[in-house]
Parts: sequence; C-alpha cells; structure tokens
Amino acid sequence: MDEHQVAIAEGLITLDADEPRLIGSRCPACGAFTFPAQEGCPSCTVMGMEPVQLSRTGTIWTWTSQEFLPPSPPYSGPETAETFAPYYVGFVELEGELRIESRLVGFGDEPPHIGQRVEAVLVRFRADEEGRDVMTYAFAPIEESARD
Amino acid sequence: MTDVAIIGVGLHPFGRFPGKSAIAMGAEATRAALGDAGVQWGDVQFAFGGSYEVDNPDAVVNQLGLTGIPFTDVYNGCATAASAISLAVQTIELGAYDIGVAVGMDKHPVGAFSADPVQYSLPSWYGELGFFLTPKFFAMKIQRYMYDHGISHQTLAAVAAKAYRNGARNPNAFRRSPLSIEQIAESRMVNDPLTQFMFCSPDEGAAAIVLCRAGIAHRYTSTPIYLRSSVVRTRRFGAFEVHTPSFPLERGDAPTTDASKAAYERAGVGPEDVDVIQLQDTDAGAEVIHLAENGFCQDGEQERLIAEGATEIDGPLPVNTDGGLLANGEPIGASGLRQVYELVQQLRGTAGDRQVPGSPKVGYAQLYGAPGTAGVTIVSR
Repeated sequence: MDEHQVAIAEGLITLDADEPRLIGSRCPACGAFTFPAQEGCPSCTVMGMEPVQLSRTGTIWTWTSQEFLPPSPPYSGPETAETFAPYYVGFVELEGELRIESRLVGFGDEPPHIGQRVEAVLVRFRADEEGRDVMTYAFAPIEESARD
Repeated sequence: MTDVAIIGVGLHPFGRFPGKSAIAMGAEATRAALGDAGVQWGDVQFAFGGSYEVDNPDAVVNQLGLTGIPFTDVYNGCATAASAISLAVQTIELGAYDIGVAVGMDKHPVGAFSADPVQYSLPSWYGELGFFLTPKFFAMKIQRYMYDHGISHQTLAAVAAKAYRNGARNPNAFRRSPLSIEQIAESRMVNDPLTQFMFCSPDEGAAAIVLCRAGIAHRYTSTPIYLRSSVVRTRRFGAFEVHTPSFPLERGDAPTTDASKAAYERAGVGPEDVDVIQLQDTDAGAEVIHLAENGFCQDGEQERLIAEGATEIDGPLPVNTDGGLLANGEPIGASGLRQVYELVQQLRGTAGDRQVPGSPKVGYAQLYGAPGTAGVTIVSR
C-alpha cells in the first residue's frame, strides 16, 4: 500500500493498485448483498451482515452523464465552475451479487453503453489536508485484449 | 368507516415571489380554500401542514387566527402533501373531528435540492463523491427504462412539450410559455438523456384543501368531491430508488406501484375508471414510467400512446392537465395539494381552457420522491 494514499472512507475499498476490491456485506441468513457494508439486512431485517469483497468485474446496467458541478457541500471534488468537466455515472451489475453506483471512467469519445463489460479501478479523487491522495473506486471498460 | 369529502380548495400561484414568505402564501391558500368552502377559520377543528423549508407551517395561525386547534406539521419528502392529506382523511375517518384543513407551502432556493447525505442514512462519502443528487438518478432510471421498453428521446421531449402547452392554459403555473419538441430536445444536456427543459425546478407556492365528514358536505357545497383513498408507501427491498449506493439484482415493485394498488383497492376503482390523471413528473421520463407504475398502461406502450396524443387534455388518458411539475415547479409541501386542486377543478367542470371533456368523474394523483416514498390520492364526484 502506498503511504501517500488514503481511501475516501474506511472499509470501502482495498487500496490494491492492481486489483482493488470493493467491500460490501452479505447476510448469512438470507444471502442478500449490500454496498457499502452495513450491519442490518435490508431484506430480512436481521443484524449480523458480514463484510465481503465484491467481484472486480461486471456490466453496465444503466448510466448517465453528470454535466453540472454538484453543489458543495456535500461534494468535495477539487473542480471549480471553470475547471469542471462532465463525467459519467452508472450502476454496475456484479454477477450473482448486486448492482452498485459508481463513476465510470476511461471512456473516450463514445459514451458508455448498457451491457458493456467494466472492471473496478482505483482513482485519485482529491488531496487531503496532509497532501495525501484521497482514493476512491470507479469502473473502467475492460480492454479488448483482456476480455474473456 | 366515515366517508370524507373535499368542500373547498385554494391555491397560491406557483413560481418566484421575492419578498413573500412561504407562510404568507400558505395563509393565502388556506383563506382561498375556506372561501371556496364557505366556512370560517373558526369552523375548522384540526389541520395538517406540510413543508420542507418551513419548520413550523402551523405558524399560518398567526395570520388566520389563534383558535387553539390541533395543528400538526408533516414533512415526508416529495410525498409531503400526500401525507398531510392522508392524515387529515384518517382523522375524519376515525371520527375524531368533522372538518379540517390540509395545507402545504414552500419557498425553495434556486437549483437542485441539496442536503447532508448522513441525514438520509447514507455514508458521507456518497455526498463527497457527487452521488447525492436526484437529477442523475432520474436520468439513470429512464435510461434503463428506454433500453428495456423501447422509449425514444422524441417521446421524452413530447412529454415536456405537452406540460408547457398545458401550463400556458393555467394562470397559476410557473412556466407559461409553450416550447417546441426541438427546443426541449436541443436545450442544455443536464444528465443524459434528460435536457434542461425535461426537468422541473424547485420553486415557491402553496395550496390547501378543506375536508369534512361526507355526511355534512352538502351544508357547504352542491358539488362535494369525495376523497376515496389516500395512501403513502415507502420502498421495499428490490426497488430502484433515489439516493441508493446499491440495489439487489432481483428487482421489486416501486413504492408508487405499492401505493397505487392499495389506493385502487381502498377506493374500489381501477385505472380504467380514472378520467383525469396527475403524475409526479419531476422529469419527462418520470411521467413515462409513472404511467405504467400506476396501471394506466403496460411498460413500453407509452411510446405509441404519447405519439397518438393519448395523454393530452382531450385524449383518453389526460395527464397533468395543469402542466404538472414541469410547468408548475415543485414547492415540495404544496405540490400534491396542487394536484388535488386541479382534480377538483376538473371534476367540478371549472377548469376553463384546460377542462377535460366529457364530465370527468374520477381523478387520480401520484407523488414520488426521495428517498423512495410515494403517495396516491383518488377522488371522485
């Protein structure tokens, strides 16, 4: 792990540059998944959900573009009205698990499309007060050559 | 159970009113509703008041009169007004009182709603990363719906064009200038596929209704409108909702669908009986989806129905005859009471330029919003 990096929240992602994993939870009673991890199960209502590392790869279930600077607070990104560039957001379906909301990065001129294969990546979001990189998760298209 | 009737309705226009407080608008709307019913504030035995921005909507009593009645304030997201109505109905149904008021008022700053995600039971990083925004949720919901059910961009623009056209016929609407399908489709992209004119704006306004035990309604009016059901529901596991970092693979019914089914059952009517419809059109896509979620068509039929003009004032499924949220904006506490105000005008036959032909008998109003709350109200002559 890089000493100059810190996750945007504890227990959210593993800071593994090559194979970052998102941390969710699974209910031992009914099998339901959540992201992020939580204790109470939203499906069967019992306590005791267990943390679980989620799949790194999935498919885009839906997407949109964010074309205005989100109001701050709560947004804490480094952009100003002058430097803001639109970005993509979507829900990624992790097979057999759940669908999670994420930024979608690494798209060129072509917007994302539903069904597109993507993988979890670590991205630098901003710097913290101590100059460290605040890291978060995103999903990026899987390169053609790396595809199954 | 006791039946409930609406005997008076009042509205403060929706829009922007610099220097005027939400409370003042709420008091005006209440006075208008009392005048419409022919009753005095002193005759009112209880009230419910809804608002997002105003902590104490009951402060309208400073302007209406300090009569000591129980006056309860409610806030329930975009379903705030439906909550005020359903609580007022239940109060009469329980036999506690005979005559009461439901009033809603708001005065929002310009721009998308913003709040602390932690207050919505969400982690703070969700807000820090820019996920805590409602417009992009609505965009993602309709994006998937268009993919699954073959809805076109043209249909989204047509829904908004209809809203502004109806708003132009409504003297109380915020946006009263018709816009062409091209102007709407080519306006600034906000969240793909939704453009600027496909979204409603938070704004200002107030609306109120006077309700009474149905047995005494004829003392006040020759045209009571009966409140057949008013139901509020929250999301169940599996619904795809505003402000959710994740949701399960197995998709369940939306809270609107749950509220709708319960409201039809309680009212003893079905979607085929409804003559005039008010739907939550936070964005043009929401109106499309809500047509199906409320039972007015099958998923995907909207593409043909909207092209045929079915949802126009003179169509078989008139939707948002007063311009809906798109033309009126959304002062949260008042929005659902505006819907009922319009339904009452339509059922009384007093909707003027926007009157649905054929003497409509049954009206339907639906609200939906963060964090997954829906309200449905059914009224009839």
